[in-house]
Amino acid sequence: MLLELERVSRSFGGVHAVDRCSFAVRQGDIHGLIGPNGAGKTTLLNLVSGLIQPTGGSIVLAGRRIDRLPPHRIAALGVARTYQNIRLFPDLSAISNVIAGEHLRRRDTVLESLLLLPSARREQETARERARALLARVGLLERAEERAANLSYGEQRRVEIARALAADPAVLLLDEPTAGMNPAEVSAVGRLIAEVASQGHTVLLVEHNVKLVMSICRTITVLDFGEVIAEGPPAAIATSPAVIAAYLGAKP
Amino acid sequence: MAGGEPRPTETGSTPVDHRYDASLSVNLQDLRDFFLTYQSVIGFAGINGLLALSVYATLSCGQLSLANAGFMAIGAYASALLTVHASLPFAVVLLAGTVAPALLAVPLGLPVLRLRGVFLAIATIGFGEVVRLGFVNWEYTNGALGLVGIPQRAGLGSILAALAVTLFLFLRLRGTRTGCALEAIREDEAAARTMGIDSTAHKLAMLTLGAAVAGLAGALEAHFTFMVSPGGYTFGRAVDMLVFAVVGGTAHPLGPLVGAAFLTALPEILRAAGSSIGIPPGPLRLFLNGAILLAVILFLPEGIASLWRRYGRRRVREGHAA
Repeated sequence: MLLELERVSRSFGGVHAVDRCSFAVRQGDIHGLIGPNGAGKTTLLNLVSGLIQPTGGSIVLAGRRIDRLPPHRIAALGVARTYQNIRLFPDLSAISNVIAGEHLRRRDTVLESLLLLPSARREQETARERARALLARVGLLERAEERAANLSYGEQRRVEIARALAADPAVLLLDEPTAGMNPAEVSAVGRLIAEVASQGHTVLLVEHNVKLVMSICRTITVLDFGEVIAEGPPAAIATSPAVIAAYLGAKP
Repeated sequence: MAGGEPRPTETGSTPVDHRYDASLSVNLQDLRDFFLTYQSVIGFAGINGLLALSVYATLSCGQLSLANAGFMAIGAYASALLTVHASLPFAVVLLAGTVAPALLAVPLGLPVLRLRGVFLAIATIGFGEVVRLGFVNWEYTNGALGLVGIPQRAGLGSILAALAVTLFLFLRLRGTRTGCALEAIREDEAAARTMGIDSTAHKLAMLTLGAAVAGLAGALEAHFTFMVSPGGYTFGRAVDMLVFAVVGGTAHPLGPLVGAAFLTALPEILRAAGSSIGIPPGPLRLFLNGAILLAVILFLPEGIASLWRRYGRRRVREGHAA
Protein backbone atom coordinates (compact mmCIF):
# COMPACT_ATOMS: atom_id res chain seq x y z
CA MET A 1 0.00 0.00 0.00
CA LEU A 2 1.39 3.38 -0.99
CA LEU A 3 -0.86 5.66 1.04
CA GLU A 4 -2.54 4.49 4.23
CA LEU A 5 -4.98 6.44 6.36
CA GLU A 6 -5.62 4.97 9.79
CA ARG A 7 -8.54 6.31 11.85
CA VAL A 8 -7.86 9.85 10.61
CA SER A 9 -10.03 12.50 12.23
CA ARG A 10 -10.32 16.23 11.88
CA SER A 11 -12.83 18.40 13.62
CA PHE A 12 -13.41 22.12 13.23
CA GLY A 13 -14.86 23.26 16.54
CA GLY A 14 -17.64 20.78 17.17
CA VAL A 15 -17.93 19.64 13.54
CA HIS A 16 -16.35 16.29 12.72
CA ALA A 17 -15.40 17.00 9.11
CA VAL A 18 -13.48 13.74 8.94
CA ASP A 19 -14.24 11.08 11.54
CA ARG A 20 -11.99 8.03 12.04
CA CYS A 21 -11.47 7.44 8.33
CA SER A 22 -9.41 4.44 7.37
CA PHE A 23 -8.58 3.40 3.85
CA ALA A 24 -5.54 2.61 1.77
CA VAL A 25 -4.50 3.49 -1.76
CA ARG A 26 -2.65 0.85 -3.77
CA GLN A 27 0.42 1.75 -5.78
CA GLY A 28 -0.52 2.54 -9.40
CA ASP A 29 -4.23 2.62 -8.68
CA ILE A 30 -6.81 5.20 -9.61
CA HIS A 31 -8.63 5.43 -6.33
CA GLY A 32 -11.95 7.24 -6.32
CA LEU A 33 -13.20 9.19 -3.33
CA ILE A 34 -16.87 10.06 -3.60
CA GLY A 35 -19.63 11.16 -1.32
CA PRO A 36 -22.39 13.73 -1.03
CA ASN A 37 -21.58 17.42 -0.56
CA GLY A 38 -19.94 18.10 2.78
CA ALA A 39 -18.87 14.48 3.25
CA GLY A 40 -15.30 15.57 4.01
CA LYS A 41 -13.58 14.72 0.72
CA THR A 42 -11.71 18.00 0.29
CA THR A 43 -10.81 18.02 4.00
CA LEU A 44 -9.25 14.60 3.49
CA LEU A 45 -7.13 15.86 0.60
CA ASN A 46 -6.09 18.87 2.70
CA LEU A 47 -5.03 16.47 5.45
CA VAL A 48 -3.01 14.28 3.09
CA SER A 49 -1.25 17.28 1.49
CA GLY A 50 -0.53 18.77 4.91
CA LEU A 51 -2.45 22.04 4.55
CA ILE A 52 -4.23 21.09 7.78
CA GLN A 53 -3.24 18.62 10.50
CA PRO A 54 -5.44 15.77 11.69
CA THR A 55 -6.81 15.89 15.22
CA GLY A 56 -6.35 12.13 15.42
CA GLY A 57 -5.10 9.08 13.56
CA SER A 58 -2.17 8.67 11.21
CA ILE A 59 -1.37 9.08 7.52
CA VAL A 60 1.45 6.94 6.14
CA LEU A 61 3.06 7.38 2.74
CA ALA A 62 5.33 4.56 1.55
CA GLY A 63 5.95 3.44 5.12
CA ARG A 64 6.54 6.91 6.48
CA ARG A 65 4.24 8.97 8.69
CA ILE A 66 3.46 12.28 7.07
CA ASP A 67 0.61 13.64 9.17
CA ARG A 68 2.76 16.08 11.15
CA LEU A 69 4.94 17.28 8.28
CA PRO A 70 4.62 20.71 6.67
CA PRO A 71 3.14 20.75 3.12
CA HIS A 72 6.47 21.32 1.34
CA ARG A 73 8.00 18.24 3.01
CA ILE A 74 5.02 16.11 2.05
CA ALA A 75 5.31 17.39 -1.51
CA ALA A 76 9.00 16.45 -1.49
CA LEU A 77 7.99 12.90 -0.54
CA GLY A 78 5.95 12.73 -3.74
CA VAL A 79 2.48 14.18 -3.17
CA ALA A 80 1.08 16.74 -5.63
CA ARG A 81 -2.45 18.05 -5.92
CA THR A 82 -5.01 20.20 -7.66
CA TYR A 83 -7.72 22.23 -5.99
CA GLN A 84 -11.48 22.17 -6.16
CA ASN A 85 -11.54 25.97 -6.32
CA ILE A 86 -8.57 26.23 -8.75
CA ARG A 87 -5.49 27.83 -7.21
CA LEU A 88 -3.37 28.68 -10.20
CA PHE A 89 -1.04 31.67 -9.91
CA PRO A 90 -3.39 34.11 -11.67
CA ASP A 91 -0.86 36.72 -12.81
CA LEU A 92 1.64 34.23 -14.19
CA SER A 93 1.41 32.72 -17.65
CA ALA A 94 0.23 29.14 -18.05
CA ILE A 95 3.78 27.99 -18.72
CA SER A 96 5.18 29.88 -15.72
CA ASN A 97 2.62 28.10 -13.56
CA VAL A 98 3.86 24.74 -14.80
CA ILE A 99 7.52 25.79 -14.42
CA ALA A 100 6.81 26.75 -10.80
CA GLY A 101 5.47 23.22 -10.36
CA GLU A 102 8.88 21.85 -11.35
CA HIS A 103 10.46 23.21 -8.16
CA LEU A 104 11.21 19.75 -6.75
CA ARG A 105 12.80 18.54 -9.97
CA ARG A 106 15.04 21.51 -10.68
CA ARG A 107 18.62 21.61 -9.45
CA ASP A 108 19.84 25.00 -10.66
CA THR A 109 21.09 27.46 -8.08
CA VAL A 110 21.18 31.24 -7.86
CA LEU A 111 24.97 31.06 -7.70
CA GLU A 112 25.19 29.43 -11.14
CA SER A 113 23.05 32.23 -12.52
CA LEU A 114 25.11 34.95 -10.80
CA LEU A 115 28.31 33.48 -12.21
CA LEU A 116 26.69 33.51 -15.66
CA LEU A 117 27.42 29.80 -16.02
CA PRO A 118 25.93 28.19 -19.12
CA SER A 119 24.45 25.47 -16.89
CA ALA A 120 22.04 28.05 -15.43
CA ARG A 121 20.58 28.91 -18.82
CA ARG A 122 20.53 25.26 -19.81
CA GLU A 123 18.57 24.29 -16.69
CA GLN A 124 16.08 27.10 -17.30
CA GLU A 125 15.60 25.97 -20.87
CA THR A 126 15.17 22.35 -19.78
CA ALA A 127 12.54 23.43 -17.26
CA ARG A 128 10.73 25.38 -19.99
CA GLU A 129 10.89 22.46 -22.41
CA ARG A 130 9.49 20.08 -19.81
CA ALA A 131 6.70 22.56 -19.09
CA ARG A 132 5.90 22.85 -22.80
CA ALA A 133 5.71 19.06 -23.05
CA LEU A 134 3.28 18.94 -20.12
CA LEU A 135 1.13 21.68 -21.61
CA ALA A 136 1.10 19.78 -24.88
CA ARG A 137 -0.02 16.72 -22.99
CA VAL A 138 -3.06 18.54 -21.57
CA GLY A 139 -3.68 20.08 -24.99
CA LEU A 140 -2.80 23.67 -24.12
CA LEU A 141 0.51 24.29 -25.83
CA GLU A 142 -0.86 27.14 -27.91
CA ARG A 143 -2.09 28.88 -24.73
CA ALA A 144 1.32 28.62 -23.00
CA GLU A 145 1.98 32.37 -22.80
CA GLU A 146 -1.53 33.38 -21.78
CA ARG A 147 -2.07 34.73 -18.26
CA ALA A 148 -3.64 31.99 -16.16
CA ALA A 149 -6.46 34.33 -15.11
CA ASN A 150 -7.48 34.76 -18.77
CA LEU A 151 -7.88 31.05 -19.44
CA SER A 152 -11.29 29.41 -19.48
CA TYR A 153 -12.40 27.36 -16.52
CA GLY A 154 -11.70 24.03 -18.20
CA GLU A 155 -8.31 25.25 -19.41
CA GLN A 156 -7.39 26.39 -15.91
CA ARG A 157 -8.22 22.95 -14.53
CA ARG A 158 -5.99 21.33 -17.15
CA VAL A 159 -3.10 23.74 -16.44
CA GLU A 160 -3.46 22.85 -12.78
CA ILE A 161 -3.13 19.15 -13.61
CA ALA A 162 -0.04 19.91 -15.71
CA ARG A 163 1.43 21.93 -12.83
CA ALA A 164 0.84 19.05 -10.41
CA LEU A 165 2.40 16.56 -12.84
CA ALA A 166 5.43 18.84 -13.22
CA ALA A 167 6.68 17.63 -9.85
CA ASP A 168 6.61 14.03 -11.16
CA PRO A 169 4.63 12.96 -8.09
CA ALA A 170 4.21 9.44 -6.73
CA VAL A 171 0.67 10.32 -5.66
CA LEU A 172 -1.52 12.79 -7.50
CA LEU A 173 -4.48 14.17 -5.56
CA LEU A 174 -7.15 15.51 -7.90
CA ASP A 175 -9.99 17.51 -6.34
CA GLU A 176 -12.92 17.50 -8.76
CA PRO A 177 -10.83 17.90 -11.90
CA THR A 178 -13.84 17.90 -14.21
CA ALA A 179 -16.08 20.33 -12.31
CA GLY A 180 -17.58 22.82 -14.74
CA MET A 181 -16.38 20.99 -17.85
CA ASN A 182 -18.45 19.96 -20.85
CA PRO A 183 -18.79 16.23 -21.70
CA ALA A 184 -16.03 16.32 -24.33
CA GLU A 185 -13.61 17.92 -21.87
CA VAL A 186 -14.64 15.43 -19.19
CA SER A 187 -13.80 12.44 -21.36
CA ALA A 188 -10.48 14.04 -22.37
CA VAL A 189 -9.55 14.51 -18.71
CA GLY A 190 -10.68 10.93 -18.01
CA ARG A 191 -8.32 9.65 -20.68
CA LEU A 192 -5.54 11.85 -19.29
CA ILE A 193 -6.00 10.47 -15.77
CA ALA A 194 -5.95 6.88 -17.05
CA GLU A 195 -2.78 7.64 -19.01
CA VAL A 196 -1.12 9.28 -16.00
CA ALA A 197 -1.89 6.21 -13.89
CA SER A 198 -0.54 3.88 -16.55
CA GLN A 199 2.76 5.75 -16.34
CA GLY A 200 3.14 4.82 -12.70
CA HIS A 201 1.56 7.76 -10.88
CA THR A 202 -0.97 6.76 -8.25
CA VAL A 203 -4.12 8.87 -8.39
CA LEU A 204 -6.53 9.72 -5.60
CA LEU A 205 -9.53 11.21 -7.35
CA VAL A 206 -12.27 13.22 -5.67
CA GLU A 207 -15.06 13.56 -8.19
CA HIS A 208 -18.78 14.21 -8.43
CA ASN A 209 -19.12 12.82 -11.92
CA VAL A 210 -20.12 9.27 -10.94
CA LYS A 211 -19.97 8.01 -14.51
CA LEU A 212 -16.34 9.06 -14.81
CA VAL A 213 -15.43 7.58 -11.43
CA MET A 214 -17.13 4.29 -12.27
CA SER A 215 -15.35 4.06 -15.61
CA ILE A 216 -11.75 4.82 -14.60
CA CYS A 217 -11.35 3.93 -10.91
CA ARG A 218 -10.33 0.48 -9.77
CA THR A 219 -11.24 1.11 -6.16
CA ILE A 220 -13.74 3.54 -4.72
CA THR A 221 -14.12 4.80 -1.18
CA VAL A 222 -17.41 6.43 -0.26
CA LEU A 223 -17.56 9.05 2.48
CA ASP A 224 -20.64 10.38 4.23
CA PHE A 225 -20.57 12.81 7.15
CA GLY A 226 -16.83 12.30 7.49
CA GLU A 227 -17.00 8.53 7.74
CA VAL A 228 -16.18 5.76 5.31
CA ILE A 229 -19.47 4.04 4.52
CA ALA A 230 -18.36 1.76 1.70
CA GLU A 231 -15.28 0.68 -0.16
CA GLY A 232 -14.67 -1.63 -3.08
CA PRO A 233 -14.58 -1.98 -6.85
CA PRO A 234 -17.03 0.16 -8.89
CA ALA A 235 -19.51 -2.67 -9.47
CA ALA A 236 -19.86 -3.35 -5.75
CA ILE A 237 -20.19 0.35 -4.93
CA ALA A 238 -22.93 0.89 -7.51
CA THR A 239 -25.12 -1.71 -5.84
CA SER A 240 -24.20 -1.04 -2.21
CA PRO A 241 -27.33 -0.24 -0.19
CA ALA A 242 -25.37 2.11 2.10
CA VAL A 243 -24.19 4.18 -0.86
CA ILE A 244 -27.64 4.33 -2.42
CA ALA A 245 -29.05 5.42 0.91
CA ALA A 246 -26.42 8.13 1.33
CA TYR A 247 -27.00 9.56 -2.13
CA LEU A 248 -30.76 9.15 -2.46
CA GLY A 249 -31.85 8.96 1.16
CA ALA A 250 -32.85 5.79 2.96
CA LYS A 251 -36.25 4.23 2.43
CA PRO A 252 -38.50 5.17 5.30
CA MET B 1 19.38 45.47 -49.57
CA ALA B 2 22.08 48.13 -49.57
CA GLY B 3 24.48 45.90 -51.50
CA GLY B 4 24.31 47.74 -54.85
CA GLU B 5 24.57 51.23 -53.47
CA PRO B 6 27.85 53.08 -52.99
CA ARG B 7 28.52 54.11 -49.44
CA PRO B 8 28.22 57.90 -49.27
CA THR B 9 29.95 58.26 -45.92
CA GLU B 10 33.22 56.88 -47.15
CA THR B 11 33.74 59.47 -49.89
CA GLY B 12 33.21 62.60 -47.81
CA SER B 13 34.31 61.16 -44.52
CA THR B 14 36.50 63.99 -43.18
CA PRO B 15 33.95 66.82 -42.94
CA VAL B 16 31.26 64.48 -41.62
CA ASP B 17 33.55 63.12 -38.92
CA HIS B 18 34.56 66.61 -37.95
CA ARG B 19 30.98 67.68 -37.47
CA TYR B 20 30.24 64.63 -35.34
CA ASP B 21 33.36 65.29 -33.27
CA ALA B 22 32.27 68.83 -32.56
CA SER B 23 28.78 67.87 -31.51
CA LEU B 24 30.14 65.03 -29.40
CA SER B 25 32.48 67.26 -27.47
CA VAL B 26 29.68 69.73 -26.82
CA ASN B 27 27.54 66.86 -25.52
CA LEU B 28 30.32 65.65 -23.28
CA GLN B 29 30.75 69.15 -21.91
CA ASP B 30 27.00 69.39 -21.26
CA LEU B 31 27.07 65.98 -19.64
CA ARG B 32 29.92 67.01 -17.35
CA ASP B 33 28.14 70.19 -16.33
CA PHE B 34 24.98 68.22 -15.73
CA PHE B 35 26.80 65.73 -13.53
CA LEU B 36 28.57 68.44 -11.56
CA THR B 37 25.35 70.38 -11.01
CA TYR B 38 23.23 67.42 -10.08
CA GLN B 39 25.85 65.24 -8.42
CA SER B 40 24.02 65.09 -5.13
CA VAL B 41 20.65 64.47 -6.77
CA ILE B 42 22.11 61.57 -8.73
CA GLY B 43 23.78 60.25 -5.60
CA PHE B 44 20.54 60.38 -3.65
CA ALA B 45 18.65 58.81 -6.53
CA GLY B 46 21.15 55.95 -6.43
CA ILE B 47 20.83 55.52 -2.67
CA ASN B 48 17.04 55.69 -2.95
CA GLY B 49 17.24 53.14 -5.77
CA LEU B 50 19.03 50.76 -3.43
CA LEU B 51 16.41 51.37 -0.75
CA ALA B 52 13.62 50.76 -3.25
CA LEU B 53 15.28 47.47 -4.24
CA SER B 54 15.55 46.51 -0.59
CA VAL B 55 11.76 46.79 -0.28
CA TYR B 56 11.33 45.04 -3.63
CA ALA B 57 13.20 42.05 -2.16
CA THR B 58 10.40 41.29 0.30
CA LEU B 59 7.63 42.46 -2.04
CA SER B 60 8.85 39.98 -4.66
CA CYS B 61 7.64 37.14 -2.43
CA GLY B 62 4.50 38.99 -1.43
CA GLN B 63 5.60 40.24 1.98
CA LEU B 64 5.10 43.83 3.08
CA SER B 65 7.98 44.60 5.43
CA LEU B 66 8.56 48.10 6.79
CA ALA B 67 11.68 47.18 8.76
CA ASN B 68 14.09 48.55 6.20
CA ALA B 69 14.58 51.99 7.76
CA GLY B 70 15.76 50.12 10.86
CA PHE B 71 18.10 47.90 8.84
CA MET B 72 19.37 50.99 7.05
CA ALA B 73 20.10 52.66 10.41
CA ILE B 74 22.08 49.64 11.57
CA GLY B 75 24.12 49.63 8.35
CA ALA B 76 24.73 53.36 8.62
CA TYR B 77 25.78 53.35 12.27
CA ALA B 78 27.89 50.20 11.97
CA SER B 79 29.81 51.56 9.00
CA ALA B 80 30.14 55.07 10.42
CA LEU B 81 31.55 53.77 13.70
CA LEU B 82 34.05 51.63 11.83
CA THR B 83 35.18 54.58 9.74
CA VAL B 84 35.49 56.92 12.71
CA HIS B 85 37.04 54.53 15.24
CA ALA B 86 39.00 52.10 13.06
CA SER B 87 40.51 53.34 9.86
CA LEU B 88 39.47 50.39 7.75
CA PRO B 89 39.32 50.40 3.95
CA PHE B 90 36.00 51.70 2.63
CA ALA B 91 35.14 48.38 1.00
CA VAL B 92 35.43 46.60 4.36
CA VAL B 93 33.31 49.28 6.01
CA LEU B 94 30.61 48.89 3.36
CA LEU B 95 30.70 45.13 3.75
CA ALA B 96 30.22 45.46 7.51
CA GLY B 97 27.32 47.86 6.95
CA THR B 98 25.76 45.27 4.65
CA VAL B 99 26.33 42.19 6.80
CA ALA B 100 25.37 43.63 10.22
CA PRO B 101 21.65 44.21 9.46
CA ALA B 102 21.48 40.93 7.52
CA LEU B 103 22.62 39.05 10.62
CA LEU B 104 19.90 40.74 12.62
CA ALA B 105 17.26 39.98 9.99
CA VAL B 106 17.42 36.24 10.69
CA PRO B 107 16.36 36.32 14.38
CA LEU B 108 13.81 39.02 13.53
CA GLY B 109 12.39 37.10 10.57
CA LEU B 110 11.95 33.73 12.24
CA PRO B 111 9.11 34.87 14.52
CA VAL B 112 7.84 37.82 12.47
CA LEU B 113 7.45 36.05 9.11
CA ARG B 114 4.78 33.83 10.61
CA LEU B 115 2.59 36.92 10.37
CA ARG B 116 0.82 37.89 7.18
CA GLY B 117 -0.16 41.09 5.43
CA VAL B 118 -0.88 44.05 7.64
CA PHE B 119 0.25 42.19 10.80
CA LEU B 120 3.71 41.69 9.32
CA ALA B 121 3.77 45.36 8.34
CA ILE B 122 2.91 46.46 11.89
CA ALA B 123 5.44 44.11 13.51
CA THR B 124 8.20 45.39 11.22
CA ILE B 125 7.23 49.02 11.91
CA GLY B 126 7.71 48.10 15.56
CA PHE B 127 11.17 46.75 14.83
CA GLY B 128 12.14 49.94 12.98
CA GLU B 129 10.99 52.11 15.87
CA VAL B 130 12.85 49.96 18.41
CA VAL B 131 16.07 50.40 16.42
CA ARG B 132 15.55 54.14 16.02
CA LEU B 133 14.75 54.68 19.71
CA GLY B 134 17.69 52.47 20.62
CA PHE B 135 20.01 54.85 18.78
CA VAL B 136 18.26 57.89 20.28
CA ASN B 137 19.12 56.56 23.74
CA TRP B 138 22.61 55.27 23.01
CA GLU B 139 25.12 57.72 24.43
CA TYR B 140 28.03 56.13 22.63
CA THR B 141 26.59 57.40 19.33
CA ASN B 142 25.58 60.81 20.75
CA GLY B 143 21.91 59.92 21.16
CA ALA B 144 19.50 61.99 19.15
CA LEU B 145 22.30 64.19 17.75
CA GLY B 146 23.98 61.24 16.06
CA LEU B 147 27.43 61.12 14.54
CA VAL B 148 28.68 64.07 12.54
CA GLY B 149 31.83 64.75 10.62
CA ILE B 150 32.08 61.30 9.08
CA PRO B 151 34.69 61.52 6.31
CA GLN B 152 33.07 61.64 2.89
CA ARG B 153 34.15 58.35 1.38
CA ALA B 154 31.18 57.59 -0.87
CA GLY B 155 30.76 59.25 -4.23
CA LEU B 156 28.78 58.70 -7.39
CA GLY B 157 31.19 55.93 -8.35
CA SER B 158 30.68 53.79 -5.27
CA ILE B 159 26.94 54.47 -5.13
CA LEU B 160 26.32 53.59 -8.76
CA ALA B 161 28.60 50.56 -8.51
CA ALA B 162 26.67 49.27 -5.48
CA LEU B 163 23.44 49.89 -7.35
CA ALA B 164 24.71 48.02 -10.40
CA VAL B 165 25.81 45.00 -8.36
CA THR B 166 22.48 44.86 -6.52
CA LEU B 167 20.46 45.24 -9.71
CA PHE B 168 22.53 42.52 -11.36
CA LEU B 169 21.74 40.20 -8.47
CA PHE B 170 17.99 40.80 -8.75
CA LEU B 171 18.05 40.43 -12.52
CA ARG B 172 19.94 37.14 -12.36
CA LEU B 173 17.48 35.80 -9.78
CA ARG B 174 14.68 35.90 -12.35
CA GLY B 175 13.94 32.57 -13.98
CA THR B 176 16.09 30.54 -11.59
CA ARG B 177 14.56 27.83 -9.43
CA THR B 178 14.55 30.27 -6.52
CA GLY B 179 13.16 33.13 -8.60
CA CYS B 180 10.25 30.99 -9.80
CA ALA B 181 9.59 29.87 -6.21
CA LEU B 182 9.43 33.51 -5.06
CA GLU B 183 6.85 34.32 -7.73
CA ALA B 184 4.80 31.31 -6.67
CA ILE B 185 4.88 32.38 -3.01
CA ARG B 186 3.85 35.91 -3.98
CA GLU B 187 0.87 34.60 -5.94
CA ASP B 188 -0.44 31.92 -3.55
CA GLU B 189 1.68 30.83 -0.62
CA ALA B 190 -0.34 27.74 0.36
CA ALA B 191 -0.42 26.44 -3.21
CA ALA B 192 3.32 27.08 -3.49
CA ARG B 193 3.95 25.03 -0.36
CA THR B 194 2.06 22.03 -1.73
CA MET B 195 4.41 22.20 -4.72
CA GLY B 196 7.37 21.58 -2.43
CA ILE B 197 8.42 25.19 -1.95
CA ASP B 198 9.69 25.95 1.55
CA SER B 199 8.02 29.33 1.83
CA THR B 200 9.46 30.21 5.24
CA ALA B 201 13.05 29.73 4.06
CA HIS B 202 12.44 31.80 0.92
CA LYS B 203 10.72 34.61 2.81
CA LEU B 204 13.52 34.65 5.38
CA ALA B 205 16.14 34.77 2.64
CA MET B 206 14.45 37.74 0.99
CA LEU B 207 14.01 39.61 4.27
CA THR B 208 17.73 39.08 4.89
CA LEU B 209 18.67 40.18 1.38
CA GLY B 210 16.47 43.27 1.78
CA ALA B 211 18.15 44.03 5.11
CA ALA B 212 21.60 43.70 3.51
CA VAL B 213 20.71 46.05 0.65
CA ALA B 214 19.12 48.58 3.04
CA GLY B 215 22.23 48.40 5.22
CA LEU B 216 24.45 48.99 2.19
CA ALA B 217 22.36 52.03 1.26
CA GLY B 218 22.62 53.30 4.83
CA ALA B 219 26.39 52.87 4.86
CA LEU B 220 26.72 54.72 1.54
CA GLU B 221 24.45 57.53 2.66
CA ALA B 222 26.37 57.98 5.94
CA HIS B 223 29.58 58.46 3.96
CA PHE B 224 27.89 60.65 1.34
CA THR B 225 26.22 63.13 3.72
CA PHE B 226 28.93 63.01 6.48
CA MET B 227 26.39 62.29 9.19
CA VAL B 228 24.03 59.77 10.73
CA SER B 229 21.29 60.57 13.21
CA PRO B 230 18.22 58.64 14.37
CA GLY B 231 15.98 61.24 12.72
CA GLY B 232 17.01 59.92 9.33
CA TYR B 233 15.52 56.49 9.93
CA THR B 234 11.95 57.16 10.90
CA PHE B 235 8.78 55.31 9.91
CA GLY B 236 8.38 57.96 7.19
CA ARG B 237 11.64 56.83 5.64
CA ALA B 238 10.39 53.24 5.47
CA VAL B 239 7.23 54.45 3.76
CA ASP B 240 9.28 56.50 1.28
CA MET B 241 11.11 53.34 0.19
CA LEU B 242 7.83 51.53 -0.26
CA VAL B 243 6.46 54.42 -2.31
CA PHE B 244 9.53 54.37 -4.60
CA ALA B 245 8.99 50.69 -5.27
CA VAL B 246 5.23 50.87 -5.76
CA VAL B 247 5.30 54.00 -7.93
CA GLY B 248 7.99 52.50 -10.12
CA GLY B 249 6.30 49.11 -10.31
CA THR B 250 7.25 45.81 -8.74
CA ALA B 251 6.84 43.48 -11.71
CA HIS B 252 10.51 43.89 -12.66
CA PRO B 253 13.55 44.98 -10.62
CA LEU B 254 14.00 48.02 -12.86
CA GLY B 255 10.63 49.34 -11.66
CA PRO B 256 11.80 50.34 -8.15
CA LEU B 257 14.83 52.07 -9.69
CA VAL B 258 12.63 54.07 -12.05
CA GLY B 259 10.39 55.01 -9.13
CA ALA B 260 13.30 56.09 -6.95
CA ALA B 261 14.91 58.13 -9.74
CA PHE B 262 11.60 59.74 -10.69
CA LEU B 263 10.59 60.71 -7.15
CA THR B 264 14.08 61.91 -6.23
CA ALA B 265 14.32 64.06 -9.34
CA LEU B 266 10.73 65.32 -9.27
CA PRO B 267 11.30 68.20 -6.83
CA GLU B 268 14.33 69.28 -8.92
CA ILE B 269 12.35 69.06 -12.14
CA LEU B 270 9.53 71.04 -10.58
CA ARG B 271 12.00 73.65 -9.38
CA ALA B 272 13.55 74.05 -12.80
CA ALA B 273 10.21 73.94 -14.61
CA GLY B 274 8.55 76.06 -11.95
CA SER B 275 10.96 78.96 -12.13
CA SER B 276 10.88 78.96 -15.93
CA ILE B 277 7.09 79.24 -16.12
CA GLY B 278 6.74 81.42 -13.04
CA ILE B 279 5.37 79.10 -10.38
CA PRO B 280 6.73 80.47 -7.12
CA PRO B 281 8.70 78.19 -4.82
CA GLY B 282 7.01 76.80 -1.76
CA PRO B 283 3.79 74.94 -1.00
CA LEU B 284 2.49 75.00 -4.59
CA ARG B 285 5.38 72.84 -5.75
CA LEU B 286 4.90 70.44 -2.88
CA PHE B 287 1.27 70.25 -3.90
CA LEU B 288 2.27 69.50 -7.51
CA ASN B 289 4.68 66.87 -6.26
CA GLY B 290 1.86 65.18 -4.39
CA ALA B 291 -0.56 65.53 -7.29
CA ILE B 292 1.85 63.85 -9.72
CA LEU B 293 2.40 61.05 -7.24
CA LEU B 294 -1.35 60.57 -6.88
CA ALA B 295 -1.82 60.62 -10.64
CA VAL B 296 0.80 57.89 -11.11
CA ILE B 297 -0.82 55.69 -8.49
CA LEU B 298 -4.32 56.25 -9.88
CA PHE B 299 -3.58 55.88 -13.57
CA LEU B 300 -0.59 53.54 -13.54
CA PRO B 301 -1.41 51.05 -10.81
CA GLU B 302 1.37 48.75 -12.03
CA GLY B 303 3.90 51.57 -11.77
CA ILE B 304 5.73 53.90 -14.12
CA ALA B 305 7.77 51.02 -15.51
CA SER B 306 4.55 49.48 -16.89
CA LEU B 307 4.33 52.39 -19.37
CA TRP B 308 7.04 50.74 -21.40
CA ARG B 309 5.18 47.44 -21.51
CA ARG B 310 1.89 49.13 -22.40
CA TYR B 311 3.58 50.94 -25.24
CA GLY B 312 5.08 47.66 -26.43
CA ARG B 313 1.71 45.93 -26.31
CA ARG B 314 0.01 48.71 -28.27
CA ARG B 315 2.70 48.48 -30.94
CA VAL B 316 2.17 44.74 -31.18
CA ARG B 317 -1.58 45.24 -31.53
CA GLU B 318 -1.14 47.86 -34.23
CA GLY B 319 1.30 45.56 -35.96
CA HIS B 320 -1.32 42.80 -36.04
CA ALA B 321 -3.97 45.18 -37.34
CA ALA B 322 -1.78 46.47 -40.15
